[in-house]
Amino acid sequence: MSVLSYLIPISLLLGGAGLLFFVFTVRTNQYDDLEGDARRILNSDYDDRPKS
Amino acid sequence: MTATMRPSISACPACIAAPGAEDIAQRDVPKEAKLAISVPGVHCGACISTLERALSAHPGVNSARVNLTLKRALVEADPYVSPEEIIGLINAAGYEAYELDAGTLAATSQDKAGRDLLMRLAVAGFASMNVMLLSVSVWSGADGATRDMFHWISAAIAFPTIAFSGQPFIKSAWSALQNKCLNMDVPIVLAISLALVTSLWETMLSGHHAYFDASLTLTFFLLTGRYLDYRTRAIARSAAQELAALEVPRAVRLEAGAERTVPVSELRVGDLILVRPGGRMPVDGEILEGFSEIDRSLITGETRPIFAEPGMIVSAGEVNLTGPLTLKATAVGQDTSLHRMADLVAIAESGRSRYTSLADAAAKLYAPGVHILAALAFVGWYLYSWDVRISLNIASAVLIITCPCALVLAVPAVTTAASGHLFKKGLLIKDATALERLAQADTVVFDKTGTLTAGTPEVRELDHLGTRDLMIALGLATVSLHPLSLALRGALEARGVKAAVLEGAREVPGYGAEGLWQGRQVRLGRAQWVGAKASGNTAAWLAVDGEPPLEITFSDRLRPGAQEAVTALQASDLEVIMMSGDSAGAVEALAQRLGIAQWVAEALPGDKAARIAQLHEEGKKVLMVGDGLNDTAALAAAHVSVSPASALDAARVASDIVLLGTDLSPLAEAIKVAGKATQRIRENFQVATVYNIIAVPLAIAGLCSPLIAALAMSTSSITVSLNALRLK
Repeated sequence: MSVLSYLIPISLLLGGAGLLFFVFTVRTNQYDDLEGDARRILNSDYDDRPKS
Repeated sequence: MTATMRPSISACPACIAAPGAEDIAQRDVPKEAKLAISVPGVHCGACISTLERALSAHPGVNSARVNLTLKRALVEADPYVSPEEIIGLINAAGYEAYELDAGTLAATSQDKAGRDLLMRLAVAGFASMNVMLLSVSVWSGADGATRDMFHWISAAIAFPTIAFSGQPFIKSAWSALQNKCLNMDVPIVLAISLALVTSLWETMLSGHHAYFDASLTLTFFLLTGRYLDYRTRAIARSAAQELAALEVPRAVRLEAGAERTVPVSELRVGDLILVRPGGRMPVDGEILEGFSEIDRSLITGETRPIFAEPGMIVSAGEVNLTGPLTLKATAVGQDTSLHRMADLVAIAESGRSRYTSLADAAAKLYAPGVHILAALAFVGWYLYSWDVRISLNIASAVLIITCPCALVLAVPAVTTAASGHLFKKGLLIKDATALERLAQADTVVFDKTGTLTAGTPEVRELDHLGTRDLMIALGLATVSLHPLSLALRGALEARGVKAAVLEGAREVPGYGAEGLWQGRQVRLGRAQWVGAKASGNTAAWLAVDGEPPLEITFSDRLRPGAQEAVTALQASDLEVIMMSGDSAGAVEALAQRLGIAQWVAEALPGDKAARIAQLHEEGKKVLMVGDGLNDTAALAAAHVSVSPASALDAARVASDIVLLGTDLSPLAEAIKVAGKATQRIRENFQVATVYNIIAVPLAIAGLCSPLIAALAMSTSSITVSLNALRLK
């Protein structure tokens, strides 16, 4: 069971990293136009100026 | 809609001659202008690329981004680029566009509450996933010290998470308790905190069951419901603010002969105000100078323009059509007749019986029921076992099982789906319960002017005029911007008529246009002015010197989709009534054209509201559709109300739903979608109830392990959300 002492911190760290990344996406307004983004991925134009 | 296209500075030949000009221009003004433009017509991926390409092609535009959710284009452009220019570009690409007030946009882009909620949701999601992982190991057989360690780690994650993510519920429950009442959040907070406390206790005593995962998933699902609800309303709110931002309230004041543009709020009684053709009267006042015609359709519903001359009293909200007018203000701001009329709304609003939404009704039944059930379970088990620990565990299991995840998701999931669907069709649902009320509507009352009709005239017939007369009429019509002459011009040009050559053609504000044709005087305008006897029609008269004048009659152009909307509503067995402040002749003609059997003409604003109140007493649920100030009281009095985006501010505020486009046809579909949505909400409540009926006896019997609680909760929430998605 000693393997747990590695695995649990690792899983918590990975989850925490995911959470921090999510916080970053929220802070940079990436959820403002979900509707538009869903359509944009089908767009053939190269989008060289993603919304900052 | 056309915009004046200015050549950009770098393209103008003068700049090449004076190379310094561009530098100076850039130094003096802010580097970049951010423009927000409302584009109600965008609806697909192709629209986005068409618009962005069209906007980016303009040399002054640095970046353009279309937001499909808000149906808005954000343009960063060089400071010399005017909003009109951008609007011209968008129009050229084939979309309607309106400029938005930058101040209003700044207020909506910083959506703090929404972000806050999203953050809490994310934290709850992260925590519940991790704790669930640990719980699954416990359920699959972790034992002894391992189980205790897992429980302790879960506790370490759960407590701070609930302290952060649970705040919206805790705050709302606390304020409810302070007001000595129960809302949905009281049992929620009780369930979550009781689950945490008993689980911690169990963990300390190295017990088998802990509900950390349940309290976290609960928080996650509840926050999901709350966020969906918030998002639907935020979109509606920002769109409603956009509509408000469309009207920039400014007026031109004459100060010692000089013109100055000032905000309407700064106007005082006695000020001299200049109203240009096409402008709206900012105040009540008396005309001092100038002749013109006035369109009062938004105030009274009359379509025919009124002749205006010095000495006449005008009221705020009327539109000046042909000549510039100088007014002396007699009442400003709150004292204008426009505002007094808006007061009627307040009266009607107070009379409207408060509608109890389905969710409120469910909460009223639910909250006390749950508390009683949990208390009974606790007392029963305590009497049976004389063990506080077991009884408390059972009670918290009952609270968790009954916790209204599905109930809380049931309504927002459906309204989000329905509002999103209707928003794409151009309907903005402003009020949370509007969909439910719309579903109940069985009678539809339409206003005429501006609602069923577009408010622009259309030539009825031209066949009684000879080719010569048609040519003269076109020659005269080209010199005026009066709505009738614009309509006439459009009709004549569509026929391929060429304009006659006229000498000295000019507009005589308030009367019409005149000129010389082969040395003979010709006039196009009001009946009295050309020497004819006025008839009851909306008409312009054409007079060639020495010949009897000819009448050209106009009718009101139908709003696009009006015919379809009326037909579809009648087909789905709704009673359609038309009420208008206009004259009987015009109302009857339109009623026959649209196939509306019941109509009321020459109705005063009070009459409309009274008639709706009377329909209510007959047990009818009235949907009122109107745009003018004379409709506001009726809009507020009706069970549910719709106004077009072109309506006056007061009318939009009073109505529950706003039609964003010019088309009226989505109305019939809206009622159908609303009906479906209400049905889905009811189904969702039934689903939630069925889950409770199965799981509650298990919980009371003490057979409900954390695994069963987690399963019941997740399945019911997911079923409810899937059912809501079926709406499309």
